Amino acid sequence: MKKMSKTTKDNMITYLMVILIFIVVQILTSTGNVSSLLQGLLVPLCAYIILAVSLNLTVGILGELSLGHAGFMCVGAFTSAFFSKCAMEAIPVTGLRYFIALLIGAAAAGACGILIGIPVLRLKGDYLAIVTLAFGEIIKNIVNVLFIGKDENGFHFSTKDSLSLGLEDGGKVIINGPQGITGTPKDSTFIIGVALILVTLFIVLNLMHSRSGRAIMAIRDNRIAAESVGINITKYKLMAFSISAALAGVAGVIYAHNLATLTAQPKNFGYNMSIMILVFVVLGGIGNMRGSIIAAIILTLLPELLRSLSDYRMLIYAVVLIVMMLFNWSPKAIEWREKFSAKFRRGKNKSAKEAA
Amino acid sequence: MSFISYLINGISLGSVYAIIALGYTMVYGIAKMLNFAHGDVIMIGAYVVMTAIAGAGMPPLLAVLLAVIFCTVLGVVIESVAYRPLLNAASSLAVLITAIGVSYLLQNVALLIFGANTKSFSSVVPVPALALAGGALTISGETIVTIASCIVIMIGLTLFIKKSKAGQAMLAVSEDKGAAQLMGINVNGTIALTFAIGSALAAVAGVLLCSAYPSLTPYTGAMPGIKAFVAAVFGGIGSIPGALIGGILLGVIEIFGKAYISSQMADAIVFGVLIIVLIVKPTGILGKNIQEKV
Amino acid sequence: MKMKKAVSAILVAAMAMTLMAGCGSKSDSGSDKAADAGSESGSVFKIGAIGPVTGGAAVYGEAVKNGAELAVKEINEAGGIGGTQVELKYEDDEHDAEKAVNAYNTLKDWGMHALLGTVTSAPCVAVGEVAQADNTFMLTPSGTAVECVQYDNAFRVCFSDPMQGLESAKYIGEKGLAKKVAAIYDSSDVYSTGIYEAFVKEAENQDFEIVAAEAFTAEAKTDFSVQLQKAKDAGAELVFLPFYYTEASLVLKQAAGMKFSPIFFGCDGMDGILAVEGFDVDLANNLMFMSPFTPTSEDETIQKFVKDYEEAYGQTPNQFAADAYDGVYAIKAAMEAGEVTADMSPSDVCDAMKEAMLEISIDGVTAKGLTWEASGEPSKEPMVVKIENGDYAVVE
Repeated sequence: MKKMSKTTKDNMITYLMVILIFIVVQILTSTGNVSSLLQGLLVPLCAYIILAVSLNLTVGILGELSLGHAGFMCVGAFTSAFFSKCAMEAIPVTGLRYFIALLIGAAAAGACGILIGIPVLRLKGDYLAIVTLAFGEIIKNIVNVLFIGKDENGFHFSTKDSLSLGLEDGGKVIINGPQGITGTPKDSTFIIGVALILVTLFIVLNLMHSRSGRAIMAIRDNRIAAESVGINITKYKLMAFSISAALAGVAGVIYAHNLATLTAQPKNFGYNMSIMILVFVVLGGIGNMRGSIIAAIILTLLPELLRSLSDYRMLIYAVVLIVMMLFNWSPKAIEWREKFSAKFRRGKNKSAKEAA
Repeated sequence: MSFISYLINGISLGSVYAIIALGYTMVYGIAKMLNFAHGDVIMIGAYVVMTAIAGAGMPPLLAVLLAVIFCTVLGVVIESVAYRPLLNAASSLAVLITAIGVSYLLQNVALLIFGANTKSFSSVVPVPALALAGGALTISGETIVTIASCIVIMIGLTLFIKKSKAGQAMLAVSEDKGAAQLMGINVNGTIALTFAIGSALAAVAGVLLCSAYPSLTPYTGAMPGIKAFVAAVFGGIGSIPGALIGGILLGVIEIFGKAYISSQMADAIVFGVLIIVLIVKPTGILGKNIQEKV
Repeated sequence: MKMKKAVSAILVAAMAMTLMAGCGSKSDSGSDKAADAGSESGSVFKIGAIGPVTGGAAVYGEAVKNGAELAVKEINEAGGIGGTQVELKYEDDEHDAEKAVNAYNTLKDWGMHALLGTVTSAPCVAVGEVAQADNTFMLTPSGTAVECVQYDNAFRVCFSDPMQGLESAKYIGEKGLAKKVAAIYDSSDVYSTGIYEAFVKEAENQDFEIVAAEAFTAEAKTDFSVQLQKAKDAGAELVFLPFYYTEASLVLKQAAGMKFSPIFFGCDGMDGILAVEGFDVDLANNLMFMSPFTPTSEDETIQKFVKDYEEAYGQTPNQFAADAYDGVYAIKAAMEAGEVTADMSPSDVCDAMKEAMLEISIDGVTAKGLTWEASGEPSKEPMVVKIENGDYAVVE
C-alpha cells in the first residue's frame, strides 16, 4: 500500500467504492431486501453514472462547458437500438448482440463527437456551451423526423412520415419518427452496467494520469502556455471531447436496452437532460470522478425517495438541490466546514496522543 | 405578399425573444452568470398580472406595475439567497447549477399555486392591429407594443449605463470586480441592482409574451427562456443592442425556416444558423472580441 | 485545496449514506408492508395509477387523477368492489418512460392489484413491457399509441391514434365538409403524428384533397403563423388539428388574427378548450372535434359525473377525467366478473381480469354499453362535437 502513489491509491478507492456498492446491492437483492423500485433503478443509475463521469471528462479535465451531452447519449441509444432491432433474428445470442450494439453506439457517438468537436472546440466558454446545446437540439430534432423501415427490398428512409417510406407488405417500420423505436430487447443488466462503469472509470482515470491527460489539463489551465510548449491543442481537445462523447454513447446503449420504448423527447434527450448531467458533475465536484458517481446516485434516487410527498416532491427536490449547491460550493460554507473538520481532527489527534 | 407577411410574423416572434433576451444579456453582462431562472421569472410575472386582472379586478396598467414590483423583489431575493453566496465560488458553474435549481423551484411553486391547467391570458395591450395593403397584411397591436418597448428599454438601458452613476458602477463591476471594489464601489449592491433591473424587465417580457401568445402554464417561461438565451448569444451576449438584433434575427430565421425549408426541422435550422454564425464570428454579431493576453 | 476536496467528498458521501440508509429502511418497510398485505389484504383492493402531475404534460395527468379519485370515492361509498373497499395510489411519471417504470415499481412494492395507466403514450409502452413480464393487469385511460395495448394484459378506454385519424377522415369525406383540407400536426409528438398518418392514409379513399401538411415541434409551439399562412394560401376550407387544446387555443387565436376562418377539426385532445381559463370562446365557434365525451350532454350519468366533478375540483371535467372515471368502473366490473378477491396475487388477478374484460359491458360517461375486444381496444362509436355559441353540441 505504501508503495502506491497517491493517485493510484485514490483511483483504487474509486474502483473499490463501485465494487463495494455492487456487492452490497447484490447481497441485498439475493436476500430479497431490495424493493422493486430500487431494482428498477439500478440500470438507469449505471447509465447516469457513466454520463456523469464522461461529462466530467469534458467539464473537469478539458475545462469546457458542454450543454449537449444528452445529444451524444441520444446518438448512442438510437444507433444501438436500431442495430439490436435489426439483428434480433440474425444474432440470437444476447451477449454477442449487446456487445456489438455497445461498440456501434460508442463508435457512432464518438464519431459525432469528432464531427461536432472540430468546429465547436474553436469557441470558448459560454459560446462553446451554447453551440453544444444547439448540436444537442439538432440531433434530437433530426431523430424526431427520421423514419426508417425495412422490407424485402432493403432499407427505406424518409424524413416526412412513415407512409412515404413506401414499404412493401410485411415491411417493418424500425424508427418511426417521434414514436422512435419500440420493442428494443431488454438486454441491459445491472452486472453489465457496473462492468461498464468500471471500464469507463478505467478509461477516464488512466487518461487523466497519462501523458495525454497531462497535456489536456495543461490546456485547461493555460491554453497559451500549453501551446507555447508545443502541445497540439486541437488534437488533445478533440481527443478528450470525442472520448467523452463515446462514453456518453455507451450510457445511451444501456439506457436504450433497458426500456421497451425509445423516444427523443425534451425530457430524456433534450437540453434538460444535458443540464441534469451537468448538475451531477458540478454537485459532485468538477474534476472529481468519485464525486460525480455519488452525486449521480443521490440525485437519481432523491426524487424517487420523495415520492411519498406526492405534490411537493419536485419542490423539495429543487430546494434540496439549491441547499446542497450552497453547502458544497459557497466559500463561507467551505470555510465553516474546514473549521469544523479541523476541530474534529484536533480532537482526534489529542485523543490519539492521550491514548499513547 | 406571403414573404412580407412571413417577415412581419418573424419580427413579431423575434421581438418577444428580444425583450426576454434583454434581461438575460443585462444580467450576464454585469454578473457574468447565465441566469437560467430568468424564463421562470417571466412566467411568474405573467401569473401575477393575470391574477391581478382576473382575480382582483385591477386595471391592466396597474397590474403590470404590480408585476414589475413583484418580480423585482423576487429577483433581489433570489439573488441574495441563492446566488450571492456563490459569487466567489471556485467555479462559475456553481451559480449556474443553483440557477437551474431556482428554475425548478419557481416552476413547481407555480404548479402548486396555479395548477397545471393552461390559462388563457387576455391581452393587456390596448393598441389595435395595424392593417396594411388593404387588409392583406396585419401587424398586431402586441407586436407594435413589443417592438416599441424593446427599443425604449434598449435606449433606456444604454443611457442608464452610460450616464448614471449606478450604471457606471455596473460597467466597472463587469470589467473587473476586484478593482471596482477597491475604487469604493459596492459590488454586491451593484449586482443586486442588476438583478432587480433584469427581473423588472422579465415582468414586462412576461406580460408581452403572454399577450402575444396567450397561453400560460407553469412551464411557459422555460422554452422562450432558452430561445432568448440563444438570441442573446447570437447578438453577442452582454451587448444590449445585440440582444435586440439577435432576438429579431432568431424570430425571422425561425419563421423563414418553417416557411421555406421544412416546418418539421425548424429547430434544427435555427440552431444550425446559430452554429454557423458563431463559427464565423465566435463572439456573436455585436460581441466584442477580447484578445487573450498571457 | 486538497483538504477542501476531501471534506466535500466526505460530506457528499455522508449524504449518500443517509440516503442509502433511507432507501434501505424504505425497502425494509416495503417488504414489511408486503408481509402486512398478506395478513390485511383481505380488506382492500389496491389500484395503482400512473401519469404526469409535474412537467409539461401535467394537465392530463391531473385530470386522470381527479377522475379516478372521484370514481374510487363513489365506489367505496357504494360498498366497494364485491364488498371490499378500494384504495387508489397515484404516482407521478413526469411524462417520461423511465420515470414511469419507476412509478410502476413503486406501486408494485405497494402491492397493487391492477393498474390504471399510464396517461401518456410513450411511458405507457414502456410500462406495458414491464407489466407484461410481471403479468399485471393494466388499463390505460388515455394511452392512444397502438403499442400501448400490444399484450393481452393491457386494455384501453380511449380510441387509438389510427382509429381517430381514420374516423376523422371518413367523417370529413362522407359529410362533404370540405374539398381542400390542410393538416397541422406536432411532429415531435407520438399522439399527433399517429393520428396525422392515419388521416393522410384514409384521405386517399375520400373525396377531398390534402393541400397543405405542416408540422411544428415541442420546441417551437408558440407561433403557428407560418402553418396557418400556408393553409390559407393553399385555399384550405378545413384545417385538421390533431393535437391538444393548449396549442389549439393559440392556433385559433392566431388564425383569427390573420382573418382566416376555415372549419377547424380536431381530435379528442381538443376537448377541454372551453374550460381554459380566460379563453375567448368566440374564437372556438364552429370548431369541430371528435370526442367520446361531452360535459353538456343530457345524459343522466354524465350530468351527475360533471356535477360531482365540478363540486370536488372546481372545474369542468375533460375527456381525460372521463376516461379515467370509466376506467376505474371497468376495473370494478372486471374484478367483479372475474370474481377477484383481494388476497389473490396480482398475476392471478390479471389472469382473471383479462378474461373478464371481454365479457363486461359498462354504461359509462364516454359510451353506453362499452365493451372490449381481445386486442385491448374498446368498441365504442366516436361522436363529433361542434362548438356553437360557446357551448358543446353533438353533431349527428
